[in-house]
Amino acid sequence: MQTDTRIVIVGAGPAGLAAARTLVEAGLRPIVLEESPLAGGQGTRRLSPMTAPHRPALFGASAEAIARREDAEDAVLQQCDFRTGTLAWACHDNRLELLGPDGFDSLTYTHLVIAVGATDRLMPMPGWTLPGVFTLGGAQVALKRHASFIGQKVVFAGSSPLLYLAAAQYLRLGHRDLTVLDTTPASGKARAFPAMLRHEPRTALQGLSLIAELRRGGVTLRSGVRLDRIEGDSRVQRLRYTTARGRDMTAEADAVALGHGLRAETQLAELAGATFAFDPDFRQWFPRTDDMGRAGERLWLAGDSARIGGADAADAAGRLAAQSLLESLGRAADARQVQRNTRRLRKQHGFQRAMTDAFRWPAKQAASLADDVLICRCERVTAGEIRAALDTPSGPIEVNRVKSITRCGMGRCQGRFCGPALGEIVASATGEPPGRLRTQAPIRPIPLVFDAGPIAAEGEDT
Amino acid sequence: MSPALQSDVLVIGGGLFGTFTGLFLARAGLRVTLLEKGQIGAQASATNFGNLRLHGRSARQYPLSIRAQELWENYGSLTGEDCEIDRTGHLYFAGGERGETQLRKDVETATRFGVESQLLEGALLRERFGFLSDRIRLAAFSPRSAVANPRLSTPPVARAMVRAGGTVIEGCEMAGFDVTSGGFAVTSTDGRRFEAPKLVNAAGAWSGALAEKAGEPVPMFSAGPPQFVTEPLPHRLHPSVHMVEGDVIVRQIPRGNIIFSGYPRTHSLPSGAFTHVPPAKTLRGMRELAQCIPMLARAEVIRVWSGVEGYLPDMLPVIGPSTTMPGLFHAFGGSGGGFQIAPAVGQCLAALVRGEASPVDISSYGIDRFTERSEVSEKIHLEFDQ
Ligand SMILES: Cc1cc2nc3c(=O)[nH]c(=O)nc-3n(C[C@H](O)[C@H](O)[C@H](O)COP(=O)(O)OP(=O)(O)OC[C@H]3O[C@@H](n4cnc5c(N)ncnc54)[C@H](O)[C@@H]3O)c2cc1C
Repeated sequence: MQTDTRIVIVGAGPAGLAAARTLVEAGLRPIVLEESPLAGGQGTRRLSPMTAPHRPALFGASAEAIARREDAEDAVLQQCDFRTGTLAWACHDNRLELLGPDGFDSLTYTHLVIAVGATDRLMPMPGWTLPGVFTLGGAQVALKRHASFIGQKVVFAGSSPLLYLAAAQYLRLGHRDLTVLDTTPASGKARAFPAMLRHEPRTALQGLSLIAELRRGGVTLRSGVRLDRIEGDSRVQRLRYTTARGRDMTAEADAVALGHGLRAETQLAELAGATFAFDPDFRQWFPRTDDMGRAGERLWLAGDSARIGGADAADAAGRLAAQSLLESLGRAADARQVQRNTRRLRKQHGFQRAMTDAFRWPAKQAASLADDVLICRCERVTAGEIRAALDTPSGPIEVNRVKSITRCGMGRCQGRFCGPALGEIVASATGEPPGRLRTQAPIRPIPLVFDAGPIAAEGEDT
Repeated sequence: MSPALQSDVLVIGGGLFGTFTGLFLARAGLRVTLLEKGQIGAQASATNFGNLRLHGRSARQYPLSIRAQELWENYGSLTGEDCEIDRTGHLYFAGGERGETQLRKDVETATRFGVESQLLEGALLRERFGFLSDRIRLAAFSPRSAVANPRLSTPPVARAMVRAGGTVIEGCEMAGFDVTSGGFAVTSTDGRRFEAPKLVNAAGAWSGALAEKAGEPVPMFSAGPPQFVTEPLPHRLHPSVHMVEGDVIVRQIPRGNIIFSGYPRTHSLPSGAFTHVPPAKTLRGMRELAQCIPMLARAEVIRVWSGVEGYLPDMLPVIGPSTTMPGLFHAFGGSGGGFQIAPAVGQCLAALVRGEASPVDISSYGIDRFTERSEVSEKIHLEFDQ
């Protein structure tokens, strides 16, 4: 049987890497697919050669530990069939469809571990589609991959612990004009803090020292604000907001990074056969798995793409998924490891659940968004158009129907970015929890012809 | 138990067949109630490709198709709304020799029924439709063919039906029916009851169950073609373009996206709930499309989809009265071409339900036409997974 086994791990972030490591330690050689050019994942994104010299500044005291971890990851990947720049764009009949550096290919598997992480969850606001507005993740990619800031005067806005982390990274690399506008009131954080401390004291305290670091660095910090609108003629010039005390304020800016927490990337799991349940604390749909991350006969899910939990939880979940996979191959799982990682995972998930209180997803705000605010930027659909589509003779209707009528979620991103806000607008009318947009392949746009050459200028076309 | 809702006619199914039938009945003053298990126009009538083509139809179907095209051309005044109807014309081309023979035959058939279609080859073809690859030697253009946006086409018909006095009940699935002295007593899965002297079976790919219960089972199966859509591009492709062999069926929608459909079709899940799009078919379609229309090589595919359609062995629908139960009428099994004929199907069936003569002869669409000896369309072998 062993020779017929083909284990594929999609995603080389903390979860995928932990799964790979456990399997390699058990003497197996999984295939690891990674869409981006480097292993590492999102939050723990590796530095590009361009940014590598800034390593000590960026990571401070942890620089050495991070370097050691990356070396260990590389050692594991050397014992895998590791393919970077390779997108798994569909999954059907136990086969993945790939688009890699050499074109289209497909790969049948006997065991599939999906660990493709999360992306920013956004609540649209007036002006959010102006050039100069990024996601928090985008701001971090600019820094870590391209060694550049998104602007000279940067505002990090929304409700997410990553606001503080991203601002700190900018500060460490010498940025001196930074503002953090956090929409969650300080009181909410104070309320959640005991629970956070109980589940993960180290991470909770790290959060506090980040804030202290930002203060020392002269970063403007405001919490409990309401974000009113982003303004500018042809690009971002300022962000208007209201303070907790009700004062109208303006932050001058040439770039804004927005984020309201993370959204699990669940498309591939859905195509691979996972089913979903709505989590009312996170207000998002997560795939159903057992305690070890198993979601089907040949399917395991780990990390943020299975449940938002952060890097540590992803590591634990990756190991557990691999242990469960080994068990399915008839090997005994390492009971101690399973026990330890189950405990780790539980603690992290408790912590994240407490954090959903400290950094609230502004679900209610969707209901009050002005009609002319764009929700779906790919298809240019406004909040007003969505509301008009809800007004049917048989009452408000569910998200997939609204998508079909308005095109919201039908564009390039396939609803990955507008989906959460669309869900909340619909939910505010139906009174039901937000629905889930159905997934269809491809999970990213794929070209008709691989490598068709450069695009001819308008008019030069044949 | 609450009393049954009384109507003159009950229509099962809120696709285009059901809603158009309902609209014409309501306009004639009948009390019509339409039951839809999900939402109006969310199945085949919404997921289809949107071709209103007058090319390549079976000779038997032309009278119905031409009547339907007239109705589509008046969709605005019929429903008071728009569904992006565009008289793009239909460019039918042959991919190979088999296609060339077929194309010549098809153009002759269309012309015989008074549908304008012009054969194009050589320099003329290049000059008019330069986007087609040089490999393609023979094509035909039908200027009256059109397209519409399927996602937007059924709800306006239902709304017009309601304005004319009809009743539409969504989220109401017929579980079964009984024949009573007054006609039919229908029960929904959630226990609601409806009674009417006349019953119309327009449940699309799900119509077989009702027909079987009426003692006239049909050899229908469910399937759908693989389809995909690209990101929006500048407008370059005006006619709807269609390879006779069915490998490439493509058009550019008003938003600028290119949408694609192509055979072989895929069988729906046994539950009938869904038709998968196997990625291998998407890749094949992408390759074929880039070969036929090279200027699209760089377009990026953003989504695939299919639908659940009922197909019959001769690739023609069932339209007409039941042969076993007076008062029962059928309209289903669009067999891949039901979008175009839908308004005429509704008009003809409404006439029959009211006891009048159908404005177009539909006697060849009877439910009792399937016997051991009936002809099976060659499309069944050519256009589906075997
Ligand atoms: C992918 C695809 C592409 C196509 N392309 C074209 C094209 O380009 N041109 C063309 O002319 N045709 C095309 N067709 C065919 C066309 O879409 C169909 O023939 C036509 O829409 C059929 O309409 P309908 O009303 O019979 O079925 P449907 O639209 O499927 O409606 C049937 C309705 O009945 C409801 N129903 C079923 N059972 C029950 C029950 N027990 N109780 C209550 N309600 C019930 C269903 O929910 C459904 O809404 C295509 C089909 C597909 C799938």
